[in-house]
Amino acid sequence: MKIVVCVKHVTDATADQKFEADNTVDRVNVDGLLSELDEYAVEQSLQLKEKNEDAEVVALCVGPEKAADAVRKALQMGADSGVHVSDEAIAGSDAIATAKVLAAAVNKMGGADVVVTGMASTDGAMSVVPAMLAELLDLPQVTFASVVESQGAEFRIKRDGDVATEIIGATAPLVLSVTDQSGEARYPSFKGIMAAKKKPVENWSLSDLGVDASEVGLGAAWTAVVETTARPARTAGEIVTDEGGSGAQALVNFLAGKKFI
Amino acid sequence: MTEILVLVDHVDGAVRKPAYELLAIAKRLGSPSAVFIGTADQVGAAAESLTKFGADKVYVVDDAAVKGYLVAPKAEVLAQLAQKAGAGAVLITSSAEGKEVAGRLAIKLQSGVITDAVDVQAGPVTTQSVFAGNYTVQAKVTKGTPIITVKPNAAAPEETAGAGAREDFVPTISDSARKARIVASQPRVASGRPELTEAAIVVSGGRGTGGNFEPVEQFADSLGAAVGASRAAVDSGWVPHAYQVGQTGKTVSPQLYVAAGISGAIQHRAGMQTSKTIVAVNKDEEAPLFELVDLGIVGDLHAVLPAATEAIVARKG
Ligand SMILES: Cc1cc2nc3c(=O)[nH]c(=O)nc-3n(C[C@H](O)[C@H](O)[C@H](O)COP(=O)(O)OP(=O)(O)OC[C@H]3O[C@@H](n4cnc5c(N)ncnc54)[C@H](O)[C@@H]3O)c2cc1C
Ligand SMILES: Nc1ncnc2c1ncn2[C@@H]1O[C@H](COP(=O)(O)O)[C@@H](O)[C@H]1O
Repeated sequence: MKIVVCVKHVTDATADQKFEADNTVDRVNVDGLLSELDEYAVEQSLQLKEKNEDAEVVALCVGPEKAADAVRKALQMGADSGVHVSDEAIAGSDAIATAKVLAAAVNKMGGADVVVTGMASTDGAMSVVPAMLAELLDLPQVTFASVVESQGAEFRIKRDGDVATEIIGATAPLVLSVTDQSGEARYPSFKGIMAAKKKPVENWSLSDLGVDASEVGLGAAWTAVVETTARPARTAGEIVTDEGGSGAQALVNFLAGKKFI
Repeated sequence: MTEILVLVDHVDGAVRKPAYELLAIAKRLGSPSAVFIGTADQVGAAAESLTKFGADKVYVVDDAAVKGYLVAPKAEVLAQLAQKAGAGAVLITSSAEGKEVAGRLAIKLQSGVITDAVDVQAGPVTTQSVFAGNYTVQAKVTKGTPIITVKPNAAAPEETAGAGAREDFVPTISDSARKARIVASQPRVASGRPELTEAAIVVSGGRGTGGNFEPVEQFADSLGAAVGASRAAVDSGWVPHAYQVGQTGKTVSPQLYVAAGISGAIQHRAGMQTSKTIVAVNKDEEAPLFELVDLGIVGDLHAVLPAATEAIVARKG
């Protein structure tokens, strides 16, 4: 079983995130890391590997040079090898272009039995790449899994929707995305960290994938940001310390003043 | 006028409020065409209410070939309809499923997609809130048929009747779109409270409740509010995941958000920062959420909320 896990290198959500002059996200001056939500994807990939014979896990990342850190983290957690697609032309790509590059990379690997992704990138957070990958690779999608069960190629997942919880079934090859409810991600062990240094990582450019540079990057994006505005800082509100019921009183007065009651 | 397709979000024929909001937005862009995927016996009432809220056309798609499969068939329906109607845009509710439909549709139509719009004006020009609400972004689709997913509460439903012409549409659903089967479906038990994403008021509890959500729930009920929670409360098993507000839960944008016993981590803020009015009750005056509030009460939620609930109930008499 060949498992490809898509790992994104993202800007740190707790850092001060900003835009560049061309309205792209500033990815250079802000610290980055493996998207925490993709750690759950790596975890599920490793669990799949553990229960299937002859299974291998390839960590796939599309991103700038320093995104290699995300691949390394996946290898430290236990992935067998990595593929890092990096090309200047990719900068500024939208979700569709990213999905195209990921799909081309999966195809170049000779396809996969299971493509595993996180539920969303912690920076872009569109949650569309997994569905797009399924569309591009013409694979069934079993996405937003909070529970994953499998027996060989048969998969069953639990998906918590807005109005119902559903059990989705499909047969591999497929695209699987997992939520942060799917099970704690393991920490790399010291042994894992040492072993990762010897694991193979391939570096591919667009030409290796046969993707034309004109299909990706900011210029090829099918959407354009017209304007970005920093949210005005909220004006400091009123702070009341509760003493013998004064808190509840202040709360009720406030709600009445704003006509909520 | 160009048709603007609106994918109707409904539960067994009962149209959900965000669908009416999308019709109001569609009216700014062209002529609203509702796309109703359901069974014949559900259409009547749904078509009537969709017309009442502005649908000039209601496409009725028998769901026999769609129901029971995840996402992909819906994208095929919309792709075929958009092509047939020469649609000017496709509007979909920004739920997990809605965004996935939009993503697949974008590839089918070779069109740009924008997700999580909090406003859409003529153009169409969308407004989104990014980086945990710290930035507002205006964007547009530059290729193909704009596909936009819109968050609940982005517009007020408008009760202005449309022409309401009904048209049956028979899509061609491919075999490959029917590979992810819905094996079982368990409807969420109705809480009797408003939907979290649609509610005008949301009251959330966090780790500070210590597992006792009663003060939060009773306060919420006194205000007719929905109940939310932080991930810490969900992970502790105190409330279902459906309550979670934040990056990996629901994004809410109510008129009033009350957070009790929630510190205000960035991932929680990502889900509530755009609320119009924010109130926090927290023992710790240093809690980061206090930076965002219109009113902050430094105190024990187990004392403050019950007393406030009592006063509100008494006021209402
Ligand atoms: C990838 C990722 C995604 C995440 N997604 C989400 C998400 O969607 N939503 C989310 O909420 N979190 C999310 N988190 C978790 C988030 O980082 C925080 O851990 C979480 O929000 C903390 O919840 P809390 O505020 O309830 O708990 P704490 O941070 O422990 O805060 C509890 C607060 O309660 C106060 N308190 C204690 N007792 C009382 C009392 N009696 N009365 C009043 N106040 C009291 C304390 O002073 C404290 O401020 C995510 C984290 C990651 C890494
Ligand atoms: N540049 C990327 N490289 C690798 N995987 C990615 C990339 N972008 C998105 N993904 C995968 O797609 C998932 C959803 O991303 P998104 O649609 O951007 O929210 C992520 O959790 C990743 O698993």
